[in-house]
Amino acid sequence: MAELNYTVKDFKSENEVRWCPGCGDYAIMNAVQRTMAGMGIPREKYAVISGIGCSSRFPYYMSTYGFHTIHGRATAVASGVKLANPDLNVWVITGDGDAMAIGGNHFIHLIRRNIDLNLILFNNRIYGLTKGQYSPTSDRGFKTKTSPFGTIEDPFVPGQLVIGARGSFFARSIDGNMKLSQSVFEAAANHKGTSVVEVLQNCVIFNDGIHDMITDPVHKADRQLILEHGKPMLFGNENQKGIIFEKGKLKVAVIGENGVTIDDILVHDATETDPSLHMSLINMQLPDMPVVFGVIRSVEAPVYDTELVKQIKEVQKTRKITCVDELLNSGNTWEVTGNDTAGNPGCPKVVRINFTTKIFKGSAILQGLFCWLTH
Amino acid sequence: MNPAALKANAKFMNPGGTIIYDSDTFDEKHLTKANFKTDDPFTECNLEDYFKIAVPITNLTKESLKDFGLDNKSVLRSKNMLALGLICWMFNRPMEYIEKYIRTKFGRKPGVADANIKVLHDGYNYGMNLQHMAPTYIVHPANIENGTYRNINGNYATAWGFLAAAEKSGLELFLGSYPITPATDILQALAERKDLGVKTFQAEDEIAGITSAIGAAFAGDLAITTTSGPGLALKSEAIGLAVMAELPLVVVNVQRGGPSTGLPTKTEQSDLLQALYGRNGESPVVVLAASTPSDCFWYAYMASKIALERMVPVILLTDGFLGNGSEPWKVPVMAELPAITPRFAKNTETFKPYGRDAATLAREWAIPGMPGFEHRIGGLEKNAAGTVSHDPENHQVNSDIREQKVQRVVDLVPDLEVCGDDDGDVLVVGWGGTYGHLISAVRELREEGKNVTLAHFNYIKPLPKNTATVFGEFKKIVVCELNLGQFASYLRNELPQFSYHQLNKLKGLPFTVNEVKESVNKLLGE
Repeated sequence: MAELNYTVKDFKSENEVRWCPGCGDYAIMNAVQRTMAGMGIPREKYAVISGIGCSSRFPYYMSTYGFHTIHGRATAVASGVKLANPDLNVWVITGDGDAMAIGGNHFIHLIRRNIDLNLILFNNRIYGLTKGQYSPTSDRGFKTKTSPFGTIEDPFVPGQLVIGARGSFFARSIDGNMKLSQSVFEAAANHKGTSVVEVLQNCVIFNDGIHDMITDPVHKADRQLILEHGKPMLFGNENQKGIIFEKGKLKVAVIGENGVTIDDILVHDATETDPSLHMSLINMQLPDMPVVFGVIRSVEAPVYDTELVKQIKEVQKTRKITCVDELLNSGNTWEVTGNDTAGNPGCPKVVRINFTTKIFKGSAILQGLFCWLTH
Repeated sequence: MNPAALKANAKFMNPGGTIIYDSDTFDEKHLTKANFKTDDPFTECNLEDYFKIAVPITNLTKESLKDFGLDNKSVLRSKNMLALGLICWMFNRPMEYIEKYIRTKFGRKPGVADANIKVLHDGYNYGMNLQHMAPTYIVHPANIENGTYRNINGNYATAWGFLAAAEKSGLELFLGSYPITPATDILQALAERKDLGVKTFQAEDEIAGITSAIGAAFAGDLAITTTSGPGLALKSEAIGLAVMAELPLVVVNVQRGGPSTGLPTKTEQSDLLQALYGRNGESPVVVLAASTPSDCFWYAYMASKIALERMVPVILLTDGFLGNGSEPWKVPVMAELPAITPRFAKNTETFKPYGRDAATLAREWAIPGMPGFEHRIGGLEKNAAGTVSHDPENHQVNSDIREQKVQRVVDLVPDLEVCGDDDGDVLVVGWGGTYGHLISAVRELREEGKNVTLAHFNYIKPLPKNTATVFGEFKKIVVCELNLGQFASYLRNELPQFSYHQLNKLKGLPFTVNEVKESVNKLLGE
């Protein structure tokens, strides 16, 4: 097989990209295209499935197979794509409205089944395509066109749902950090099972600056903790801060203060099956704690599509029925003979059914022969 | 019954019969006592194809009477009342007469009477809670061809029709479905068939059932979804996506009484207009209807053939009566079924996502994994090249094409054949699951010397080419259906040159032969 030397360009379609100037989606798409180019997978094996929302226009801008489906259902459509052909590398593009509101049910069930897909959740905490209504990830009190006096409901934290649905992979990135995005997309693509990547995305028109507290260049070193598996959870300009576990809780500590040493800092283990610590990391929020990025959880778990293929193969090893003719002739059958007139079902004549003989085709050998003869 | 009773009574079973048995007594001890050699007494008695209802009769009876202070023996004597209550539910029989009988019989023992009536009611409620349905067995008065026969019910025939279509077309079969009465049996029948490589996906809801199937269709499987009325309503938006994306998809609706939850265990034909029109936008699909339990096989097969060869969603209507009804069926031979040729794209140079065959208007099917055919589809209006288009002219052209594509399926639709004469006084028109009762009524009327003929429809959209020609030869047309006149209203729209009388019924029950005859006789007398 020829070496696959793709560049980002090989994954761009001819369609004009129509996101607003300055939209965070551009950078995310670029990181996806870089990831795909480097995976060593032939382009025709990628399928990009989206729902409805600004981000869901994504497939049109890709040169792979793509399907822009309906609101909230990309996860379910993608499940069907993967089960029909487990050989494909399937990506789901969705947003906080698409995945958390109208598609919430499919989202959690996809994760529970652990179908081998990569899902990118563009979280801008607003409905952009419908021009600025609050979303299921908007903070309590958030003022929008449909909440002019502030919302009176609490938001979903996507990672909590992933853990709650027994997710095997969760990572977080931010649109502006393409290097980080590419590395978590690669990890997601290499993970067997449902990989959920939440990308904090900026909507320049309807929610501009929603993530500024986290991304502000002056403070970001103190407000972002980028996790790496096997490495201590350090952050700050000089990596002088870290996360410790104290009195049943995660806490920020400064190395050198209060006798804290590097050995007291927690070391990130993304592969730990017990989700408690991963959940605590997901829950960390400003102002007391930094926000966690990178691959938070990546554990091995049975994969639905693999199990499906395995089960079919297992059953087929000892099957008695190998084709439809055999099925049709299995169990109780009987022969009708001696009726000379050609059948004309449905016409108004009364003829009693003539069950002359009753033969049970029980023998597997006979069935095999029958199948062979009729094919 | 218990195992011993099963053994003793097996030889009396009529074809298609139903066995209600006490699952509490089908344990090793009782089986050995009744001299069964395996743990599968039904196969030993050659009863594997019969409809079986397992009920924990002993334990339910004990639980039912636990507060009555009766001794164990007296409690167990009431077991038959539990089964009787269940039967009253299944066959829609009132319990008043039975209660009266019990009161008379146990007049001197009011405690025993109370206990029996309590168990009777618990049996009835058990049937209602588990949505047990009355299976029927149909023998059509017709010439029987020589050949191999078996019994089959409509839901199994539907499932097996899809298996046949998958094998014939060389595709893998994918079913995305959510359990719903009375369609669940199709999902169960296909879940059994891992030996034939079927992929059944029990989805989290009706919408995921169909959208997973749409995904599977995009990726190259023969994709189907099965449901009943309320589920079809939930699938509407997704059917529109399959219309727009022009993917092969079969949607089965085993109709039941509606609206809303309605009468889940009773039969009705009231989803016809939903199937034809129940979506946003101009959203034409092919609509077929099976008319006997066994021909569900054939119409499931044809629905698949049409979907795959014409790249169009097809809705197949059956109903609770067909789904649970069984009949003897001449087993088809795979080699004799018509070929199914999916429209796989072949030429990367000429491929356009919405390029079409000039005659059928069907687009080509390029599935992920095929190099050089990478393209994007979706719910937005597109031009032929597959690019999103808001051009007014393009939308007009594509809307017309989508309707025309469905109409041109007519070349796969056989001409309408009447049962009776080509002309006459009254043409009885029916569609779908009412066939058995309508043909019986027409047959009897003809034996009485009346000039009555039956035209029964399986192809609803498009209608057979010769429909108007057939209709034109009769003085009166009466459309008989289990709804308020949905097919009649469709016919008035499609063929407005005729006037249509109606016979409608909405009781959750099939027609009776007599009510059809009465209605026709009235027309004949006018």
